[in-house]
Amino acid sequence: MSRFFDIPSDLQHSWAGLIGLHMREALLPVAAGLLLALPIAQLCGRFRWLYPPVLGMTTVLYAVPSLAFFVVLIDYTGQTELTVMIPLALYSLVVLVPAIVDGVRSVPDETLAAATAMGFGPVRRYLQVQLPIAAPAIIAGLRVATASSISLVSVGALIGNQGALGNLLAAAQKYDRPELAVNAVLTMAVLAILCDALLVGLRVLLTPWMPRAGSRPKPAPRREGITPEGAVR
Amino acid sequence: MIRIDSVTKRYPDGTVAVDRLSLDIPDRSITVLVGPSGCGKTTTLRMINRMVEPSEGTILLDGEDTRRQPVTTLRRSMGYVIQNAGLFQHRTIVDNIATVPRMLGWGKQRARERAAELMERVGLDPALAGRYPYQLSGGQQQRVGVARALAADPPVLLMDEPFSAVDPVVRKGLQDELLRIQDELGKTIVFVTHDIDEAIKLGTMVAVLREGGRLAQYAPPAELLASPADGFVEDFLGADRGIRGLSFVPSAALELTTDAVIPADADAGRIAAGKATHLLVTDADGRPLGWAERDELTAGDIRTDRLRSYGRPFVPGVDSLRVALDCAVLSPVGWAVAVDDSGRVTGVVSQQTIGEAIRAAHAAGRAEDEKVAG
Repeated sequence: MSRFFDIPSDLQHSWAGLIGLHMREALLPVAAGLLLALPIAQLCGRFRWLYPPVLGMTTVLYAVPSLAFFVVLIDYTGQTELTVMIPLALYSLVVLVPAIVDGVRSVPDETLAAATAMGFGPVRRYLQVQLPIAAPAIIAGLRVATASSISLVSVGALIGNQGALGNLLAAAQKYDRPELAVNAVLTMAVLAILCDALLVGLRVLLTPWMPRAGSRPKPAPRREGITPEGAVR
Repeated sequence: MIRIDSVTKRYPDGTVAVDRLSLDIPDRSITVLVGPSGCGKTTTLRMINRMVEPSEGTILLDGEDTRRQPVTTLRRSMGYVIQNAGLFQHRTIVDNIATVPRMLGWGKQRARERAAELMERVGLDPALAGRYPYQLSGGQQQRVGVARALAADPPVLLMDEPFSAVDPVVRKGLQDELLRIQDELGKTIVFVTHDIDEAIKLGTMVAVLREGGRLAQYAPPAELLASPADGFVEDFLGADRGIRGLSFVPSAALELTTDAVIPADADAGRIAAGKATHLLVTDADGRPLGWAERDELTAGDIRTDRLRSYGRPFVPGVDSLRVALDCAVLSPVGWAVAVDDSGRVTGVVSQQTIGEAIRAAHAAGRAEDEKVAG
């Protein structure tokens, strides 16, 4: 157990350093995916015929094994973090695009009509009405994308030790130190759970307007009393 | 004034939603567009603030083509109330109401003060200001919708079936509230509904549209009920338009009699006087207690607990002839009880007398028509 955190020197990082690297390699692609997914989803919302082919294409991309991606990308980006992060960003699109499209579509027609009638232009309407109301759906998508990204980073170990915590898996085999593999798996799981908790917290913070499960809304004082027109006895 | 000038809306697939419609919508009054579904009433409303662009024709606002100003400016000058309120679920009530003022560049403080003032006006508890829409009942949400539409004090209010999704009791409250607010503010309101009773209750003018977006009749509600233009309008008005038309005839001219009204402490002479078979007994203040047959009454020993119900009283001059007739129909003896504002009996009136008043009103209506025709 004493050697649990004793990382072989050829990995060139401490345990904490590997965590930092892992987070960067996992979260940057999700952030990039989000930036890419927002305009794609907006286009899919505006031109409805675009959505099925886009959905099909992202799904096909998801079916491509990450190794195949690496093989293609290595010619261009070499054995770098970028080679790991590009496929991860594309994978996150599969989750994020539908999440945003469905979230934006879930805004009731009356709400949209009311916004238009009040003189919201399309951009203002998207930023101030559709996106905030879609926030819970988007965050739900981010949770899935983040968790999967954190676990997928480890595949980077296969291309010149770019797998951050995943490199520990290879090292465990190489040095016959199974505790390093346990370390890698546990650390990644804890990171995934922590990130998930942060995202849930973010959602709670962003959506005070959502009915909370378990806490029933206080009955609002009613003032709809109608005075009877005439006394009926 | 809003002038809709031979406006047509044709969709790319060839459907004609509105067909050469012309309407002059008077200022500071409620104009109701009513008709069955598919008659183009909502399309017409949405062409006024250009959420739908007409295919042909023009819409003039105070003489100026609505296409001559930027569309967002036009829309911000018109309040819009929609079915189910269409509130922004992610904003508090006060921020919902303050939306348009904020867009117009008002300071946050001023916009919120204005919102608070409007909550008061539409009858919302100020305690709701910080709540979110999901925490309000349907009727309360609709009140917020009205307050939000009024926030920047626009001269025009467009209302698209605003009260259709709430239950009848709440709807009646909202309608009464709208009439009260309109009395205070005098907006130019265009109101869309499929409910002819709502149209007749709220409208100063009512435009009945038929399928295919053609105007069937445009008239004040009383005229609509008295002389529908054709079979379609007549069908749409429903079976009892004669009785409903009495809502527009005042009851002030009804001849009341006090012969049949006696105080509870009446003496034998008073009871014996007059010809009526039934007498209305009142308390010392003159408030009605109930009816009794003359023979049942003994001077000095009138059993007030044995009296028959007097139904519901009406206030002459305030209530319509329809209310008076209803009171007479509800009365077990066929006489309606008239009271003043404080509930004291001013007299009673028989179904027969009310019937005569209805005939007189018809005669007056005919004379009016002839005068207009001549």
